[in-house]
Amino acid sequence: MHAAITRPLADGDVTQRTWSDGRPTAEVIAPLVKANARLEAIERLEIYNRMYWFRLLDSVAEDCPGLRAFLGEPKFWALAQAYLTTYPSRSYTLRNLCSRLPRFIAEQPRWTKPFTAAALDIARFEWAQIVAFDGAALKPLTRKAVATADPEQLRVQLQPYLTLLRLNHAVDDYVMAVKRGDSALRAEASQAVVQRRGGKTKESTGLLKAEKIDVVVHRSEEALYYKRIEPEAARLLLALAAGLPLASACGRAMRGSRLPEAEQAEKIKQWFALWMRLGWLCPRE
Amino acid sequence: MPANRFNHYTELGIGIGLRVPHYRHILTEKPSVAWFEIISENFMVDAGRPLQVLDQILEQYQVVQHGVSMYFGSADRPDRTHLQRLKTLVKRTKTPWLSDHLCWGSVDGNYTHDLLPMPYTFEAARRTAEKIREVRDFLEVPICVENVSSYMEFHASEMTEWEFLAEVVELADCGILLDVNNIYVSSRNHDFDPYTYINEIPHERVGQMHVAGHTKFEKYILDTHDHPVLDPVWKLYRHATEKCGVTATLLEWDDRIPSFDEVHNEALKANQFIDQATSAQKSRKKRAAVG
Repeated sequence: MHAAITRPLADGDVTQRTWSDGRPTAEVIAPLVKANARLEAIERLEIYNRMYWFRLLDSVAEDCPGLRAFLGEPKFWALAQAYLTTYPSRSYTLRNLCSRLPRFIAEQPRWTKPFTAAALDIARFEWAQIVAFDGAALKPLTRKAVATADPEQLRVQLQPYLTLLRLNHAVDDYVMAVKRGDSALRAEASQAVVQRRGGKTKESTGLLKAEKIDVVVHRSEEALYYKRIEPEAARLLLALAAGLPLASACGRAMRGSRLPEAEQAEKIKQWFALWMRLGWLCPRE
Repeated sequence: MPANRFNHYTELGIGIGLRVPHYRHILTEKPSVAWFEIISENFMVDAGRPLQVLDQILEQYQVVQHGVSMYFGSADRPDRTHLQRLKTLVKRTKTPWLSDHLCWGSVDGNYTHDLLPMPYTFEAARRTAEKIREVRDFLEVPICVENVSSYMEFHASEMTEWEFLAEVVELADCGILLDVNNIYVSSRNHDFDPYTYINEIPHERVGQMHVAGHTKFEKYILDTHDHPVLDPVWKLYRHATEKCGVTATLLEWDDRIPSFDEVHNEALKANQFIDQATSAQKSRKKRAAVG
């Protein structure tokens, strides 16, 4: 019965009339489900089959408005259905429904090609927002703890609700514009287009700019934020998250940096002051 | 009957569901509401705004938890992480009882996020009751099991839905969250008399009631929770109140949610039916005394 309810719908949003073994679905269902005066057994099953897919697909759409705008309706719904078929919900809460979507996009690029890289960036950003919304929070590192610690020994971790993303597209601005209801983004058709002229193919990600960015998705006073940071700052956060002591992490972050040495210490000091104020850093458990 | 061990001997009155579109109104206007029902799963999170809002609500209001994913009828054992998170929330809200549905919805850890009807068999009743007991023992709070609306019946069933409900709650020694709208919806879809359903259940186990709106399609009715309560459901609610006594009642409105005032005013309509039920009860008692 679970298999029957969760089987993808056929065109027209109806229950598939042929079972996986070639028999008519009605023949498979009839011994289990009663018909009544108004509905055949398969029609009664169809109510649940449709509700399953409508509920889960709507949930993916709610969590991924940026991806939906970027890919356009047909491609987005095809991706969402393929994802849910491959990765059905393994959690009691719909909150976790899209947790494996970035993985799926990377594993099966055919659903998003030729814009897989952009789609992946968007999906990662949108999942990071869900994590930031209600992810766990630990007691932040105090100024006293930092002031009295030996930087060669001090190890910290990042807040569990925080995600650092190294992206190749300006997805932060794009997703925010989508959420604001930017009229330039409102369209049934995909933002991403492939143009073919004179034997040449040109792929365009539309209003989503190709740009290398490091962005932190986090929350402050229970509101969601995203913050772009310098590449050296990103390397520092990654090194700290990996468990390096503070001094080593700073050294690794600045290796190969174009910042003059004289400025490096000041930059690190500024970043730390901001991160402490935002509560990003916690004592390592 | 109204205040009993399944609702922790409370008489909460009429409540409504706590819904996101109403947060601002509730937190700023602080309207007078007897109680709010929360969907447990929305607050079984680690931190963030959901818990911030919940804590502010808890400062002012009584909250009762209602779950949608315990799946008492699923063969899966209760997930330990799920139970622990639920217990953490139970301690936070101090809910006087906890409800969830008499249904299945997961197989081998794959969730449908729907409330699926069960075949009404003695074996299913036994297993379901066992799971309810296990959950109740872990959570240490009274449990009320809700009847679901359904669109499908099974050849394997050995009894009616109301007989199955009675069997489960007796074996589990738990309460009933009597969803009157679900009884009505199922009665239309499966051609049974909803008054028979209400007459035949163990009334002393009813700890709470639900009312809600539904949508009629050509060949079936769907429990959509997106309309005011229809007259036949209100009449059924009156009958249920006559049988069970005045019981904590909640209006469910989960989709196309109107303003807070509209939802609350709709819920408070229950009072007129409670008055009618109470009068009818008094008249019957008087006649019985005279006779």
